[in-house]
Amino acid sequence: MIGLIRRHSVLPGFAPAMGFTVLYLSLVVLIPLAALAWKAASLDWPQFWRIATSPRVLSSYRLSFGASLAGAMTNALFGVILAWVLVRYRFPFQRLVDALVDLPFALPTAVAGISLPALYASTGWIGRWLEPLGLPVAFTPLGVWIALTFVGLPFVVRTVQPVLADLDAEIEEAAASLGAGRWQTIRRVLFPAILPALLTGFALSFARALGEYGSVVFISGNMPMRTEIAPLLIVTKLEQYDYTGATAIALVMLAASFLILFAINGLQWWSRRHEVRSHG
Amino acid sequence: MQAASMTNRPNCRSSGRRRALTEPAWVRGLLIAAALVFLLLFLMLPLAAVFAQALEKGIGAYLHALGERDALAAIRLTLLTAVIVVPFNAAFGIAAAWAIAKFEFRGKNLLISLIDLPFAVSPVVSGLIFVLLFGLQGWLGPWLISHDLKVIFAIPGIVLVTLFVTFPFVARELIPLMQAQGADEEGAAVVLGAGGWKTFLRVTLPNIKWGLLYGIILCNARAMGEFGAVSVVSGHIRGLTNTMPLHVEVLYNEYNFVAAFAVASLLALLALVTLAAKSFVEWKTQHTAQDAGEGALHT
Repeated sequence: MIGLIRRHSVLPGFAPAMGFTVLYLSLVVLIPLAALAWKAASLDWPQFWRIATSPRVLSSYRLSFGASLAGAMTNALFGVILAWVLVRYRFPFQRLVDALVDLPFALPTAVAGISLPALYASTGWIGRWLEPLGLPVAFTPLGVWIALTFVGLPFVVRTVQPVLADLDAEIEEAAASLGAGRWQTIRRVLFPAILPALLTGFALSFARALGEYGSVVFISGNMPMRTEIAPLLIVTKLEQYDYTGATAIALVMLAASFLILFAINGLQWWSRRHEVRSHG
Repeated sequence: MQAASMTNRPNCRSSGRRRALTEPAWVRGLLIAAALVFLLLFLMLPLAAVFAQALEKGIGAYLHALGERDALAAIRLTLLTAVIVVPFNAAFGIAAAWAIAKFEFRGKNLLISLIDLPFAVSPVVSGLIFVLLFGLQGWLGPWLISHDLKVIFAIPGIVLVTLFVTFPFVARELIPLMQAQGADEEGAAVVLGAGGWKTFLRVTLPNIKWGLLYGIILCNARAMGEFGAVSVVSGHIRGLTNTMPLHVEVLYNEYNFVAAFAVASLLALLALVTLAAKSFVEWKTQHTAQDAGEGALHT
């Protein structure tokens, strides 16, 4: 158990700090999560399976996972470009651009949510140009992709940026003086160095997108079987006081996000080991 | 011999080396353009759209929308929630970081993972958890009814769920910071006879103040802006249980776009202030770190 073995320290305050930490953690996080576990335990499995695999729910998983994956991939590509440009090049308003990258962390999701239809509806700033081209964005899966790209945007930039900044210039110089071309150096030296950070950022972006609700519901149109994401279905079921149905879908989504969290921890462990080995 | 060959390198060789260490100008330009166009499309246009839509019918309509009774009630509730939630989570963050960074005990990694747990839970699922706990058919539902207490579809539910979703912000900022600083300075203070509180206020707090402020800024932004989790527990009662983000949704669904974007623009301003404060704290931290480094060099 936590806190039973404590090595001697001259500092006071361990017991009250630890006591408050554990008490507050239990009250705010652990006991409420236990309520979910308790509800899950009272579900019977055939019923759980029937709800969690009904056609409408399955199509919401497909959209949630598909659009989150597409958003995370977009962010992986542009996140690396952004991190690279911010670390390696100099251009006007660089500090402003750097600060703006965090906007999706600071902007409430409902605000982002209502701004997207204003841009992409058929009368919107961008939508009015795309619609005549036969590319409607609002109320289609494309709109969900845009919203989920927005919410996950900072993750890859913020995981890759410090790794790029800390890279030793000597490694690149060594590769170059050994005759490697620039592209070869990028592919064989730089890319492997940032890969763990890139994968971590990708996974964080994917996990964030998977649970996202506020920025999506305004632009998706929420049509069953077509543009309904899984978190929206949870809300719909709760509004009908169908706690069992909501819990079943929530458990599937929670299992998915825990799996991703597990993968991220594994990745970090792997990259630390990798680092130790390559340095020693 | 090696030194001689180094100095005798022909000039073309060094320019080739420089070429191998950066990209041609057109590639650099292209990458910068790609990054900026991406940010313009995905970040700046949505932000600009909020302010443009809010002011579409002029400044008079904008101010009128903000002065409405329900809008003011939503602003009050949002501020109230933040004023309760932020101090609690800040106090927790300090206590957790003190225990984790200054002492050794078993299960430390488990404790750190548990603190991060709310970040892994979807906002909607966070709301669901509290409905399952306090709702009519929930764990404590019958007891609450018999005591005439209301949590779900009332302000306590909104505060609780906001406590949950913003739980890790301050702690996860302070834990690595205080771990990196170690316990030597505090140890010295205690050995010299300072009490626990005095040590904390005079030694620890000055060392962590910028990190603490950083965590509080992020915690506050999320507390004021949370939508999904609050939406599930609030019940959307106008003038009573609508926070600002929820009021935005209600107005938007009533096709009252100017008012919806007017309230949204306040939240967007809050986001911009948050980013500015965050950048300032980051700049300040680097500055103090540099000063400390230089001070160490001089002594």
